[in-house]
Amino acid sequence: MGKITLSSVRKTFGATVVIPGIDLTIEDGEFVVFVGPSGCGKSTLLRLIAGLEDTSGGAIAIDGVDATHLPPAKRGLAMVFQSYALYPHMSVRKNIQFPLKMAGMDPAEATRRVEAAAKVLNLTDYLDRRPGQLSGGQRQRVAIGRAIVREPGAFLFDEPLSNLDAALRVSMRQEITELHQSLKTTMIYVTHDQVEAMTMADKIVVLNAGRIEQVGSPMELYTAPRNLFVAGFIGSPKMNLIEGAEAAKHGAVTIGVRPEHLDIATGGEWAGTVLLSEHLGSDTFLKVRTESVGTITLRAGGEVTHRPGDAIAFTPQKGKIHRFGPDGAALT
Amino acid sequence: MARSATPQRKMINTAFAWAIGLIIFFPILWTILTSFKTEADAIAFPPKFLFFDWTLENYAVVQERSNYMRFLWNSVIIAGGSTLLGVIIAVPAAWSMAFVPSPRTKDILMWMLSTKMLPAVGVLYPMYLIFIQIGWLDTRIGLVVALLLINLPIMVWMLYTYFKEIPAEILEAARMDGASLRSEILYVLTPMALPGIASTILLNIILAWNESFWTLNLTAAKAAPLTAFIASYSSPEGLFYAKLSAASTMAIAPILILGWFSQKQLVRGLTFGAVK
Repeated sequence: MGKITLSSVRKTFGATVVIPGIDLTIEDGEFVVFVGPSGCGKSTLLRLIAGLEDTSGGAIAIDGVDATHLPPAKRGLAMVFQSYALYPHMSVRKNIQFPLKMAGMDPAEATRRVEAAAKVLNLTDYLDRRPGQLSGGQRQRVAIGRAIVREPGAFLFDEPLSNLDAALRVSMRQEITELHQSLKTTMIYVTHDQVEAMTMADKIVVLNAGRIEQVGSPMELYTAPRNLFVAGFIGSPKMNLIEGAEAAKHGAVTIGVRPEHLDIATGGEWAGTVLLSEHLGSDTFLKVRTESVGTITLRAGGEVTHRPGDAIAFTPQKGKIHRFGPDGAALT
Repeated sequence: MARSATPQRKMINTAFAWAIGLIIFFPILWTILTSFKTEADAIAFPPKFLFFDWTLENYAVVQERSNYMRFLWNSVIIAGGSTLLGVIIAVPAAWSMAFVPSPRTKDILMWMLSTKMLPAVGVLYPMYLIFIQIGWLDTRIGLVVALLLINLPIMVWMLYTYFKEIPAEILEAARMDGASLRSEILYVLTPMALPGIASTILLNIILAWNESFWTLNLTAAKAAPLTAFIASYSSPEGLFYAKLSAASTMAIAPILILGWFSQKQLVRGLTFGAVK
């Protein structure tokens, strides 16, 4: 079980308010991703849930039981750290076994669980090595192994993949998603990488300056961002945000169009000159300077041959224009 | 980027390093050699390096004239006792400064270190008078406490820097894994800090063993350690270089042997953190 409820959770460090007050419910078995720019309070929020930081106000309940003042060990949660935080003087086996030893588990049962976890994570051959003798990906697996043997109520991941190289990040991302599918345990995952958020989450919580900007499924955030911050943060490359006369035409202060929702067409609505063309093979991203709507990024097919300096015209797809009011909130 | 070193360059570097090492070691070597000379050979000019009549006479005389074992025992108690007490105080002090720092922690550390910048002679009178008052003059307990206080800032500083190297996340991981404070210290902190604690202990034994200002000024006969043993042979009226050398050799031998066997540990401890 792992339903986590935050009610008006606050955190201040001296006079600095990091989290002014957050209400959030994480359902049992959900994969929730906290995403936001660095310094937005997402790691602090995770550490408050873990019990590694004390709240300055509000309450945290785990499965309906008030856990606000419980020490980390009593909350039944397991955490995977960005730096892996393995015990360097212990073998992989002892690292994974450590939480079971602390729980006073029968050694035979503990050994069985360690071996089962090692098998799931492909660590069987490395059980007698020290963390220093492992690669980054293997170390991260050991950290995950140490978390899963306890069969916790929920897993907390604090940017677990940011120390890995790009290729490994993709495969570990898939491993964690598969792990969630097989364990069906609540997972809270902190990242600043919106690709990780989009691909892994059941529910994304977008944080900015300690406040929740929007909570929703990845597609909800993509198709219906509630404000300019979410619109700009979710999606890669970023949504084009246009102000001025063109926005006024749509009855808004700002309008947003995603690069993939612009079609190149002779005699299109907006025209300009190509500044930059980035070929990714499958796609081409064109940066275009226009008179009417400023500099725009648009996504075209892989075979597009536009070069810097070429004239180009394009049109936004129908119904794909997001409108925002003077306070940045989406207009409906 | 690795610097390329040609074989010749390596040889020059090695020879240079050896030369510096020998220059540093020469006074000790000379003392040891002199301790095996007769008094006449010891002051001979030009000095005799290896070709003289080797004799153990000085050691016999020194042993006969003064009770070496009593000085040695005092040194062991003073160096060992002050270091042991120091570790017991310095470990928790350094822990709290490293892991639960307050806004003033840095100031406290600087203030502690600043006491080491004071010339010792500046507090000799007050110390001496206090020692007379409480009856600690020429007692082992007095010297243990004096050396403890003198070396404590260094111990706290050393341990603090070692503890700072231990990532806080590892301690947090232990807490998440259900470790109590006791288990955290026993299973995670201590094993990781062991090289640092060991080299702090070693360095302090050496410092306390070699300390001569306070041990000479605050002792007379009963609690006198090996530093006083050496000093008793440097008499202004007679030239007993050979005997002085024999006494010196006997005084430095134990610490030299300890240092020799623990040099790996010592170097590792002193460069801890520099090479991760």
